[in-house]
Amino acid sequence: MNSSLSREQQETYQHPDTIRRILREANTIAMVGLSSKSQKASQFVATYLQYKGYNLIPVHPKADSILGNTAYPTLEDIPEPVDVVDVFRPPRECPTYAEQAATIDADALWLQLGIVSLDAAEIAEANGLDIVMDRCMKMEHGRYQGGMHAVGMNTGVISAKRGRRTV
Amino acid sequence: MSSDSSSSSSPSSDPPPNGAPSASAAAREFGFETRMLHAGHVPDAETGARAVPIYQTTSYVFDDTDYAAQLFELKQYGNIYTRINNPTTAVFEERMAALSNGVGAIATASGMSAELVALMTMLEPGDEVVASSHLYGGTRTLFTHTFDKLSVDAHFVEPNDVEAWDAAITDDTKVLYAESIGNPQGSVLDFEPLVELADRHDLPLVVDNTFCTPYLCRPIDWDVPVVVQSATKFLGGHGNSIGGVIIDGGAFDFNKIDTVAEPSESYHGLEFPNTFGHQGYLMKARAETLRDTGASMSPFNAFMLIQGLETLSVRMDRHVSNAQTVAEYLEEHEMVANVAYPGLPSSPYHDLAQKYMPKGPGAIFTFELDPDAMTPRAAGETFIENLQLFSHLANVGDARSLVLHPASTTHQQLSEDEMRTSGLTPGMIRLSIGLEDTDDLLWDLDQALHAISQ
Repeated sequence: MNSSLSREQQETYQHPDTIRRILREANTIAMVGLSSKSQKASQFVATYLQYKGYNLIPVHPKADSILGNTAYPTLEDIPEPVDVVDVFRPPRECPTYAEQAATIDADALWLQLGIVSLDAAEIAEANGLDIVMDRCMKMEHGRYQGGMHAVGMNTGVISAKRGRRTV
Repeated sequence: MSSDSSSSSSPSSDPPPNGAPSASAAAREFGFETRMLHAGHVPDAETGARAVPIYQTTSYVFDDTDYAAQLFELKQYGNIYTRINNPTTAVFEERMAALSNGVGAIATASGMSAELVALMTMLEPGDEVVASSHLYGGTRTLFTHTFDKLSVDAHFVEPNDVEAWDAAITDDTKVLYAESIGNPQGSVLDFEPLVELADRHDLPLVVDNTFCTPYLCRPIDWDVPVVVQSATKFLGGHGNSIGGVIIDGGAFDFNKIDTVAEPSESYHGLEFPNTFGHQGYLMKARAETLRDTGASMSPFNAFMLIQGLETLSVRMDRHVSNAQTVAEYLEEHEMVANVAYPGLPSSPYHDLAQKYMPKGPGAIFTFELDPDAMTPRAAGETFIENLQLFSHLANVGDARSLVLHPASTTHQQLSEDEMRTSGLTPGMIRLSIGLEDTDDLLWDLDQALHAISQ
């Protein structure tokens, strides 16, 4: 649903178990294409993830800092370990970020909602990275932790276990 | 797209073969009836309450000032104010979205306010709506008179005449609107050609699915973009709570509708579909239209409607089989001229009903009396006065059987011309068949029918 990927590709690139593992294990998220403008989608995602306790590192060609965190011009300039590279850039640029994500030894490459790059996926997989595409990191976190439910969205979560709204 | 995806259609919803690891709960697609009972409610960590708690509160304490500000900017998900969202109502919303195969839902104070919120989110002065002429009288009045005050024009066409729809669409048309089963004519909408037409014009089609519920028909499975329905009827099912719901299938690109896509002046230029993707339309409808109209569902009503949803399939199966029995009986009765139930082979909508609602076309239908001794209108009144078990009132979809004379009640505000194009006649009786013993229902109808021959 709501993806240009085939059912089979969704099983591979949007698998709930992969998504939950990434969200659970990640601490530091580098966001490529995080806008410095307050009303852009990337700021909505970043603000949410920051509040949920993730260490957010903006990657931006010009900005010194975004949302209070130091920004770096490229992924390779980041002086600390990165767990997830989250991309808000057009598909044609994604293979480059996949290569850089492998170079800096990230665990996962995540392409945001509406972004599909099978070339980037191939590079990520070949280097042992988890890969998610055409999914929003805020929506996915909210799906399992319950925030998305609070605004009436269909999370798909079914559980009779007590208090298990968690990634 | 297929119509029948009620329970197990994907590999991940099949039971695992012996010895193979089963899919995780997160990856499994649960069946319709499991979703009826569980979707939208995980027992909370604090109390473990198994039933859905009623959060009878207007407002919610914020974590801190930063969080409060971000919540109001829509950068955080969370509870703001019960006019906008509420934890009990959210269970009803997610459950309806899950049952309808939608991405999300908004509960409203009534079915009428679901229509208003769904459409006002798309419309502005000068816009036009093209709608089926087979509509609930209240909807027709909303479109004709209240929308006129807002400088929105409505045009009405025969529901299954696609050429008429096409001819009525102008550059100002913003939305198409129809009922899955027209009230009260029992006309089944032919979704496929209308969806194709809407696609060709890049227009959203909104379908009112009140008479079917998602158990009998899921318009989103037929690529209908947005569904509205009255929850007052079969969803609640016990005639005790007014409510409505809007569900978005998430597949329509609302960037094509400028009123939805353009920067929001009340949210610092926020572009909803750009920012929230396939959730953009619902986020805008909630954060702007629901906020501004105040047409929200009360948490207590949400609780009552959730109780109804938990038995929806069981009730609907019985409603349908009782309605079929009653319709077949009336069709053979000497005092009845005709019966308009799509479950009867004599109905012109029988084939469409088999295609789009194979579990049955609901339990609401009309019939016309065939009096010898009095006018059709007088016969209608005499018939209703003599019924002992059917309740004479203005509702449908109750567990109890109901009867109504549309010409003197729900559709009385319509002109004669409007009534004719709505397919109504003075002697038409509408029934909503409940869950009583069918022998008792047939006894009651028979004795009241004999009263009009005396």
